[in-house]
Amino acid sequence: MPKFTLNGEARDVNVPGANPLLWVLRESLGLTGTKFGCGIGQCGACTVLLNGQPIRSCSFPVSGAEGAEITTIEGLSPDGGHPVQQAWVEEQVPQCGYCQSGQIMSAVALLATSERPTDADIDTAMSGNVCRCGTYGAIRRAIHRAAELQTDPGARRVPTRESSTGGGDIGGDR
Amino acid sequence: MSDISRRTFVKIGTAAGAGLTLGIAQNAILPGDVPTDAAFAPNPFLRIDTDGSIKVIVDRAEMGQGVATALPQLLAEELDAPWEQVSFEFAPAHSAYGMFGMQVTGGSTSVVQSWEPLREAGATARWMLREAAAQRWGVEADQVRMQDGRAIGGNGSELTYGELATAAALLNVPKNVPLKDPADFRLIGKSLPRLDIPLKTTGEAVFGIDAGPSDTRVAVVARSPVFGGSVRSFDPTPALAVSGVDEVVELESGVAVVASVAAGYVAAKAGRDALVVEWDEGPDSELDDAEIFRRFAAAQDDGRSVRDDGDVDTAFAEGVAPIQATYQAPYLAHATMEPMNCTAWVRDGRCTVWTGTQFPNGPGIVGGGARQVAAKAAGVGADDTEVHATFLGGGFGRRAERDYVSETAELAGKIDGPVKVIWAREDDMQHDFYRPASHHEIEAVLDADGMPEGWRHRIATQSILKHMVPGWVPEFAENLAASRDPTTTEGASNQPYHVPNINVTYAKVDLPIPVGFWRSVGHTHTAFVVESFIDELAHATGRDPYEYRRELLEAHPRHLAVLDAVAEASDWGSPVPEGRARGIAVVESFGSYVAEVAEVSIEDGRPRVHKVWCAIDCGVVVNPAIVRSQMESGIVYGLTAALYGEINIERGRVVQSNFHDYQMLRMNEAPEVEVLLTPSGDAPGGVGEPGTPPIIPAVTNAIFVLTGERVRKLPIRLG
Repeated sequence: MPKFTLNGEARDVNVPGANPLLWVLRESLGLTGTKFGCGIGQCGACTVLLNGQPIRSCSFPVSGAEGAEITTIEGLSPDGGHPVQQAWVEEQVPQCGYCQSGQIMSAVALLATSERPTDADIDTAMSGNVCRCGTYGAIRRAIHRAAELQTDPGARRVPTRESSTGGGDIGGDR
Repeated sequence: MSDISRRTFVKIGTAAGAGLTLGIAQNAILPGDVPTDAAFAPNPFLRIDTDGSIKVIVDRAEMGQGVATALPQLLAEELDAPWEQVSFEFAPAHSAYGMFGMQVTGGSTSVVQSWEPLREAGATARWMLREAAAQRWGVEADQVRMQDGRAIGGNGSELTYGELATAAALLNVPKNVPLKDPADFRLIGKSLPRLDIPLKTTGEAVFGIDAGPSDTRVAVVARSPVFGGSVRSFDPTPALAVSGVDEVVELESGVAVVASVAAGYVAAKAGRDALVVEWDEGPDSELDDAEIFRRFAAAQDDGRSVRDDGDVDTAFAEGVAPIQATYQAPYLAHATMEPMNCTAWVRDGRCTVWTGTQFPNGPGIVGGGARQVAAKAAGVGADDTEVHATFLGGGFGRRAERDYVSETAELAGKIDGPVKVIWAREDDMQHDFYRPASHHEIEAVLDADGMPEGWRHRIATQSILKHMVPGWVPEFAENLAASRDPTTTEGASNQPYHVPNINVTYAKVDLPIPVGFWRSVGHTHTAFVVESFIDELAHATGRDPYEYRRELLEAHPRHLAVLDAVAEASDWGSPVPEGRARGIAVVESFGSYVAEVAEVSIEDGRPRVHKVWCAIDCGVVVNPAIVRSQMESGIVYGLTAALYGEINIERGRVVQSNFHDYQMLRMNEAPEVEVLLTPSGDAPGGVGEPGTPPIIPAVTNAIFVLTGERVRKLPIRLG
């Protein structure tokens, strides 16, 4: 019966220790923001943080979480206000959205260790996360933006529903 | 929009299904009895409540392409609605939605088909709200100005849409309300932020895999590894021995292993893997790629003509030294990030389904949508079946199929309580409806100036249409339709280059491999062939590939405009960085014109795409940011196919199983993409698919410049 801290709350679950953490989160604990993509750690849709480190929860036994601090997309902020989430909205990253919880968690881990990641840092940290909608360019922009928001909270602008992104009028260019 | 009395009784189905049918008084009755309790709902697409909330009902699947924003944008424009009060909700599966009773999201048609109806829906509601305000104030309607969700009277008095909703609902619904002059648009043409994005950054967005009642059990299904195979016998004992497995159930498609609510997917999957099934592998258990392509080549001479201009035989007889090439493209899986899944609950003669689907509702005459196939599989009526739409974790055509819905409903009909069938990634990859593999033989003769005089293109492949034809159609009629399958020949039969003598044929080859719609469909392979071959002709005559295309596209101003735009943006013809080269391609698909230039180098024996310029003319741009993101998306999707995409068949089954052997383009390989919007029309074209077709030939044409070797077989393998 593994015990761990999940998004700041102590939890213990009654499942076999070999079960992947992903399904414990989704089915036993009802946190469905973390997604199932491949089951073999190849796509990153299931990425969560274990003591701040990104792990692929689909192939991580829940016994390995014993005593650890787990953070999922639901635990990043109460209101979507984490700088990475904020940047994701500003840059209008998600399309289908299914991979984005995993992308965001990988980006959070990157920005925790690298205040101003380079494009090469982003390639290294993010290439474990597949996006079939091809939002990679937007993710790259959003990570740079999140780095700004994180180091300079004054740069934070609250996006309004009317605000436009990526140009405006018909025929406008980027 | 019909004029129906608004006080009546409607059926209302409750969501998670107490299963009650209540007669309740409604303020609004919609065409087709779509239930609502909103104060003002003059048509199936709009609900305005007394608190001023404005909800647009989205009858298309949101699979990333932005319909949950673009469609509300159309309606809100004509309604003069304040965008911050607009929200959306997915439509139920219902004949009031879609086109001709077909509620389908595909063919890049959502905005194209909604362009008029949704603006009319908004304009009609605005007319009624204005009339309600005029009556309240005792003035003529033309004395009332509508702005930002408010009616404003001549004396400056104001009423909000919320305050007018109840009164407006009592008015008759007018017909033929005029639409705005596009010059007056204030929402259409703006990059409004997507309504679904906040939900997709917090984990709150509900996909099919997240939906359903809390006491839903999970099942994983064993399906025949060989296409066309079936269950001969099975031993459930090893599956039932897995802790948490409840029951084992035989289905049309295979054998389902159902686990308890507490044990969930892990137990169901372990049970399925432990299950011992003896399969009747059917007649195709030795089929492989070599045999498939042998059959394609052998069928070429039996093709039917799908285009015949001039006299191609004479052109070739009189011409000299024809340029000939053979091109081949493999099967491709969709590989949506969310594997197929569906939840269903059958009880008391009713069936409730929760799933992400591109085809929720359709008439039985075409085989039906998710609602109809679920009803049939569960053994209940379609009127007693409801489909709750969720977000789709990718569609790309895969979720236009209903196999995963039918299978789940059949299982739900055989067991107690709600059940969710989850496909492992391996199941998803090995039981897809694949982009068909294809074999192309193409040749041209040139005139004295090096311009094509004769063009012959012979295509052999499976028919996608054949699989879409419902069972009641006699075989001869089915074959007749499929033998000219436009979903297979599009892009080849209507290639735009000026050639006086053209013949295009299609040889339909029937094989057991399931095939279906894959983002941009026939254009996925015909654009590769046509745009590569025109490049071959340009190089054979020593012409610049851009200039050569220009000369042959004189009669096609929209092709020319995007070609010129992308050439200018990429500074075509200017020196390219050392070790790199550029390729160009232009394709019309789904009503939009797209030209792309790819800048490519070769690193460690593999192509690397550094930058892509893309110009699109999609007629009218509803949301520029969404159009740009769809171009980037389509380019990455096509590039993934160019660099990696290949499903191989051995012993009648699929070789690949997961992302380790069916690889995806990743962050470190994603090119920089620059998109130019050059709209030229008065109605929109599609944007979900048209970004995909040009990228493959743009890349392979660049590779030719680098290596002198023409890539004629996909995926790209150098050396």
